[in-house]
Amino acid sequence: MNPVHYWRALWGIVGRELLRFVKQRERFISALVRPLVWLFIFAAGFRAALGIAITAPYETYILYEVYITPGLCGMIQLFNGMQSSFSMVYDREMGSMRMLMVCPLPRWFLLLSKLLAGTAVSVLQVYVFLAIAWFYEIEAPWQGYLWVLPALVLSGLMLGALGLLLSSFIKQLENFAGVMNFVIFPMFFMSTALYPLWKIKESSDLLHTLAQYNPFSQAVELTRFALYGQFNQEAFIYTFAAFVIFMAAAIIGYNPSKGMMTKKGGGAG
Amino acid sequence: MMSPIALSIKDVSFSYAGKKALDHIDFKIQPGECTILLGPNGAGKSTLFSLITRLYDTRSGLIELCGFNVKQQTRKALAKLGVVFQQSTLDMDLTVMQNLRYHAALHGMGRKLATQRIREELERLNMYERRFEPVRQLNGGHRRRVEIARALLHKPSLLLLDEPTVGLDVPSRQDIVEHVHQLATDQKLAVLWASHLIDEIYPADRLIVLHQGKIKADGTVNEVLKLSNTSSIKEAFYQLTQGGQA
Repeated sequence: MNPVHYWRALWGIVGRELLRFVKQRERFISALVRPLVWLFIFAAGFRAALGIAITAPYETYILYEVYITPGLCGMIQLFNGMQSSFSMVYDREMGSMRMLMVCPLPRWFLLLSKLLAGTAVSVLQVYVFLAIAWFYEIEAPWQGYLWVLPALVLSGLMLGALGLLLSSFIKQLENFAGVMNFVIFPMFFMSTALYPLWKIKESSDLLHTLAQYNPFSQAVELTRFALYGQFNQEAFIYTFAAFVIFMAAAIIGYNPSKGMMTKKGGGAG
Repeated sequence: MMSPIALSIKDVSFSYAGKKALDHIDFKIQPGECTILLGPNGAGKSTLFSLITRLYDTRSGLIELCGFNVKQQTRKALAKLGVVFQQSTLDMDLTVMQNLRYHAALHGMGRKLATQRIREELERLNMYERRFEPVRQLNGGHRRRVEIARALLHKPSLLLLDEPTVGLDVPSRQDIVEHVHQLATDQKLAVLWASHLIDEIYPADRLIVLHQGKIKADGTVNEVLKLSNTSSIKEAFYQLTQGGQA
């Protein structure tokens, strides 16, 4: 197969996603409002209640807003990953997913391209959020804003692949709301996005263990360390492994002979 | 070497959870042949289309597109295929041009070639002046035209149409029926058109009547009338699909 074909298709898919994103301004605004509400209202309210001791990568006492910022970056990517999988279920019901699947390229490549496109959008959203947070005096070292890019890409890929995997299992749009509740909220609250692990351990060992092995926690820690110019190897390996597993399962899910597509039943005619 | 057969379906069967949706389907379509796949809802038309486009894998039987096995030589086979699905698959927020460029990119076309092909296909359908309009602003008939133009951008050998005129007004329907028949004649394009609308059939068309997953009749309009011993397609369709159940 001609590599130029792959390249053009990849840009076609990423370009389309970015175009859609630019044209759907309300999607962009709502994606930003959510973490900003958490930052300006929730974090401000909890500032007094939650004291954060000095823990890596921070070298001094920090405000709760500073602690929560990488978690909110993760939140943006988590919602984006789920939203793109939601749009894939919608596309599948509406038929545009079929349009993609009948083009003469391997399915894994098409899914990966879709994933990269969604990740590009989520990274863009995170940078806009970080810029607003910067004006709110939540500042990371300037190199951190560069280091965080590969971390955000990996974290976006992992969360997008999870969404993709879920979308391969969901038959109808109506079922999606349940999955959102069963996946997004437990993943977000059972993580280090809002409170550090040692704080969770104080209240429950079980929760601590769950939070520790939650891939979302690892993605948030990867982002947190990268934002302060540090590489968290454990978080990187864990996030990368989770991405590979979710992606492989999603590819199987979308395989016409092995996956769920064969069980979804047919059309009307 | 180019196969003289655009589509070959050999003894294809398919079941959903034990229920047979297609039962030993067997037919071929030649280039330039406009074949209407006629059947009521639930006849198995969409299942057959899902197998041809490899949304589902063929588990029993063989499907070949221009000599390429859909299951084993998927990409080569799909490169020969243009599809218009029942539901619109255009992106409403994007313009006609952006939608078509996306499709061209998926088929590996460079910018120059894509621009040229988009122009050719849109001009043929009198839609070129509207290329910068968002799809949302187009009426149903015009959206369908764009979808047909899109399906033809990469010059496929077989055009699959899954009830493309559903929901359209009469002039738009006639327009599309006329255009597709013209394509088959002028460009030697093989067409497989799934429909349950009898007035979309031309006398020269080949007709395959599908009912409950089985082919009830296959031949020219006259042959099908003779087989069912009726004088109109409407009667023949009723006889072959309803009469058989009585």
